[in-house]
Order: sequence, then structure tokens, then C-alpha cells
Amino acid sequence: MSDRILGGTCLVLALLYIYFATQVRVGFISDPMGPKAFPIFIGVVLALGSIYTLLRPDPEPVWPKLGRFGEIVFAVVVMIAYTYALPELGFIISTTFAAGFLSWRLGARPLAAAIAGVGISLGIFVVFRLILKLSLAIGPWGF
Amino acid sequence: MDVLASLADGFAVALTWQNLGLALLGCFLGTIIGALPGLGPSNGVAILIPLAFTLGLPATPALILLTSVYYGAMYGGRISSILLNIPGDEPALMTTLDGYPMTKKGQAGEALALSGIASFVGAFFATWGLVFLAPQLVKVALLFGPAEYFALFTLAFATLGGIAARNQAKAVIAAALGLGIAMVGVDHQTGVPRLTFGEIHLYEGIDFLIAIVGLFAISEVLLFLEHAKGEAPEASTTKLSRITAPLSMLKKTTGTMARSTVIGFVSGVLPGAGASLGSFVSYTIEKRLSDKEGTFGKGDPRGVAAPEAGNNAAAGGALVPMLALGVPGSGTTAVLLAMLMALNITPGPLLFTQQPDVVWGLIAALFIGNIMLLLLNVPMVGLFVRVLQVPTKYLMPAVAMIAFVGIYGLTGSTFDLLLMIGFGVGGYLLRKLDVPLVPVILGILLGNIMEKSMRRALTISDGDYSVLWGSPIAITIWALAIAGFLAPIIVGRFLRPRKDATVSP
Repeated sequence: MSDRILGGTCLVLALLYIYFATQVRVGFISDPMGPKAFPIFIGVVLALGSIYTLLRPDPEPVWPKLGRFGEIVFAVVVMIAYTYALPELGFIISTTFAAGFLSWRLGARPLAAAIAGVGISLGIFVVFRLILKLSLAIGPWGF
Repeated sequence: MDVLASLADGFAVALTWQNLGLALLGCFLGTIIGALPGLGPSNGVAILIPLAFTLGLPATPALILLTSVYYGAMYGGRISSILLNIPGDEPALMTTLDGYPMTKKGQAGEALALSGIASFVGAFFATWGLVFLAPQLVKVALLFGPAEYFALFTLAFATLGGIAARNQAKAVIAAALGLGIAMVGVDHQTGVPRLTFGEIHLYEGIDFLIAIVGLFAISEVLLFLEHAKGEAPEASTTKLSRITAPLSMLKKTTGTMARSTVIGFVSGVLPGAGASLGSFVSYTIEKRLSDKEGTFGKGDPRGVAAPEAGNNAAAGGALVPMLALGVPGSGTTAVLLAMLMALNITPGPLLFTQQPDVVWGLIAALFIGNIMLLLLNVPMVGLFVRVLQVPTKYLMPAVAMIAFVGIYGLTGSTFDLLLMIGFGVGGYLLRKLDVPLVPVILGILLGNIMEKSMRRALTISDGDYSVLWGSPIAITIWALAIAGFLAPIIVGRFLRPRKDATVSP
């Protein structure tokens, strides 16, 4: 079933891709092939691969149980929140929270995870900001 | 003999204190990355590329640092294979077959030392092969026009799935996804935006570094979350009594190393085959030739030396088509190609004539890296073994955060970080569905050059598509591409069941 969903999704994607490729405007000066042909060609190749997968799917992969699936969704949400927090709160605070959360969800006890969060955040800051002079996000407090 | 003169110039570039220091750092980091279970050369190098890039190193030192990481990771992969029965990546798979049984017999130290020496032999002689073969291939490549290049890129895609992919249709999907992503942005020829949906961030296209870090590093973290136990693998407490290989063991494996180096090098040069095939074929042939007493698979030292020499020789061999033609021969060389392009270096025949210092500096760095790796790996392997004791519950968050730091340092844009997370989720789903990631990366990398060659060929021929197969060279490459695409479907039927049997612990 998973492969049929993959094939179906990619087929829809291919058709949309071909449609959007045909919508590309062609400028005054153009070569014989133009900017549309290659993307359309890619769309066709994607469609062919999708149709094959749709018709001849592989055995079902082992998907995680709902709970573990929730963990993955949660981790993605944490990463997105981290992305938005970086410029607002600065590197050290956001990274402490993000790394701590991930460590906790990967199986560390809350206290150990908190220590890991602080450690990872300070460790990266020292190595990349203080030693290698990399520009990390600077929040309102300058770190 | 001008090859040797060029090589000497290369050594003059590589042998500065700064470059030596970078090579040492790269070898050290690379071995650690390779040794960590789950992190192979491709995702290891993927995390470090943006970092090396943001440090603002000039091209040659950056190249030396990253190739050392790459070679180091190829070396390091054997450590977790031998001690934990966990291959860091596909080429290291064959090493588990006899490496782990040796550990169980209490010969972990010998296995580690022997595999280090075999890796050195394979990589060292393959680098010599590269020195002599690549310039010859460049002479052929100079005859290529845009039509031949288009055929060559198709060849790279057709063969990249190789025996690694179980399903060629999925390799096709992966390649098309990658190529499709490459088309996003302003068309270089006519200046019209394509598939940008008015989003200003997409006008310059999608940076392949963001895609690589997302697909490899972030998806790896998500995969770990799926199985989260967070404990260090238990066998890492294995005591290492001695980390030297007895002379008798070396004598016994000399022939093995020699044969496997040649086999590995040839498999590496062949388009699309790469290190996985190198280690697989070396092991299989060695087993056929020498396994008279049926000791292979039960901890035979020759079963450790063969895949290690083979896989490292293949890594060197895969650099031949990559440097001479600009077409990567394997997954890890695709990541290496990304690295070169990130440094504004386009591999291919012109690189040898226009920037010889870069090419020969790189090759010299490979030699230096190899010697450093031998010196680091044999006596200091105990240090790397300690790294295996870091539990993933602390390691993976650090990997994720370093990925963010690398991309943020590079672009400073929230949009790009979100894009990276998106690629991470996509990469996770693709990996679960057994869709190979390397063709995606290759598509993103080569898409624009591929389109440019095709359009240039058609401009020259005034729109006549037959120009694409209009020369003997082009016809040969097309024939190879078709054969390369069909071969795994036919040959794979024979190889795959046995290969699957080897995966189960």
C-alpha cells in the first residue's frame, strides 16, 4: 500500500509539474529547445517511474507505531520552533531547549537531557563562535 | 613523465603547515564520523561541508580538509562493523561478515589493525591508479561536445542505482525528483523564472547543500527517533588486548590485499558501481579463491582484508571518472562532487588544464591523508573505539544542532532552515520507502549542467534532436547507459538473495 501511495503521489506531482512547466513564459530570445522542454521531459520520466511503482509495488516497509510516529512529528515541530526561535532568543537559549528536547525524546532522563542541552549548546558556541568565529544567531542579549 | 612532475607540484601545494594541519584534523574527524554507527561517509561529509564552507577557507585547503574527512570516514566505517556488527554504510557491510566473528573470538585488536592496513594498501595503490588513469581519460574527454556530455550525465543516472538499489523504478523516481528540484529558479539561458511560484527565496534555486544536509543528516536523526532507546551499543565495551596484526597474519593476507585492490579499483572506475560493489566483489572472489577450509564467515582474516582493501581502492577508483569527466561513480563521490561545486570548482577535463594546482594538490592530499590515516588508525584505534561509547541520545541532538549551525552560518535565513527540515522529512519518508537518496542529490547537482548541455547541443544543430546520438562516442555512451540501467535488473536477480542473506545478523 505504501508504494501505491508513493506512486500515486508522485504521479500527481508529475502531472502538476508538467502543467506548471507549460506555464513558464518564454522570453523574446530563446534557443530551439526553450526553458519548458526539459522540465516537461523530467515530468514525463517521473510519471513513468510512478506508474511502474503504482502497478508493481514492493513489499510493505515497517512503519513505526503511532506513538513513535508522534515522536517524529513532535521532533519536527521542535525543529521548526527552533528555527523561528533562533533569531528571536539567540543561539544559546534556543539550542539548549531544542537539543535538550531531542535528547529527552531519544531516551535521556529529564535531568540528563537538560544537562545535555546546556552542554551541546555551550560546546557548539565555544567551538564555532569563539574559536572558529562562525556567525551564530545573536539574540537580544548578544549570545 | 609529466604526470609525476604535476604530482610533485601538487605536493608542493599540499605540504604547507596549514594544509598538513587541516589534513590531520580532517582524518581525525572523518575516522570518528565513520566509526559512529549509523553515520557513514555521505552523511558525515554532508554535515561538515556547510561548516567548512562558512569558515571561508580558500578552495585548496577546504578541499584538503574535506577529502581527508571523506577518506577518514571510509577508514572509520570498519570500526563499528568489526566491534559492533553495525556497518556505518553499505560498503562496510561486507567487513562485518568476518570482522565481527573475529571480535567474538577475542581478536578485535588484530582485526582492527589488519583492516587499517588493508584500507591503506587499497587506498594508496588506488591513488596511484588515479594518477595515471585520470589524465588518460581526460584526453578522451577533451573530444566530448555538449551532446556527448548530455549522454554522459544520463549514463551517471542510469548506472548510479546499480546493485545498491533494489528497484530501478524507484531510482528513476529519485533521479526525476532531484532533476525537478534543480529546475526551480531563474533559467540561466533566458532569464525567466521557473517553478518559483513568485517566492523570492526560490529565484536563485535551491542550494544543494541545504538539500544534502536535510536529506542525510536530519532524516538520520528522525530515523533514530523511530527506534529511540538511546543506549550505547553494548559490545562497545569490548576489551582490546592488542592492536597490532601479527606478521604471520599480514603474510597470509598479502595476496588477498593485492587482488582486492585491483578488483576494487576497477569496480570503482566503472560508472555507478562504487565502493559497495568493490567490497562485495572483492569478498566474493576472495572467498571463491581462498576459502578451502570453509573458514570464511567465521572470522577469517582474509575475509576482513579483502572487503577493506576493495572498498578503499574503489573509493580511489571512483575519483577517476569524477575528476576527469565530472561524473561521480558512487554515492559518496556524489557528495564529494557537491563539495567541489560548492567551492566553485567544476570537475571535468578542463579542470586538469585550467586549474592543475587544484587537481594535483587534491591528489597529493589523498596520499598524505592516507599515510596520516595509517599512522592515526593503527596505534590510536583505541581512542576511536571510545567514541563508540557516546550514547546516541546525546550524539544525535548534537548532530542535528550542528546541521542547523552549518546551514544558518551559510545563509542566515529562516526560510532555508525550514527548507532543510522539509528535506529531512522527505528524506525520512524516501528512506522508509526504499527510494535511494543519492540520485536525488545527483539530480539537484547535475540538473542545470545537464539541461545546459542538451540545449547547447540543440542550438548547434538548430533544433535537430538526432544530434544527441550523432557521434560514435555518444552512441557508445548511450549503449553503456542502457546496459548499465538494465544490468542490475538482470544480474541483480542472481546477486540479491545472497546479499540479503548477509544483512541479517
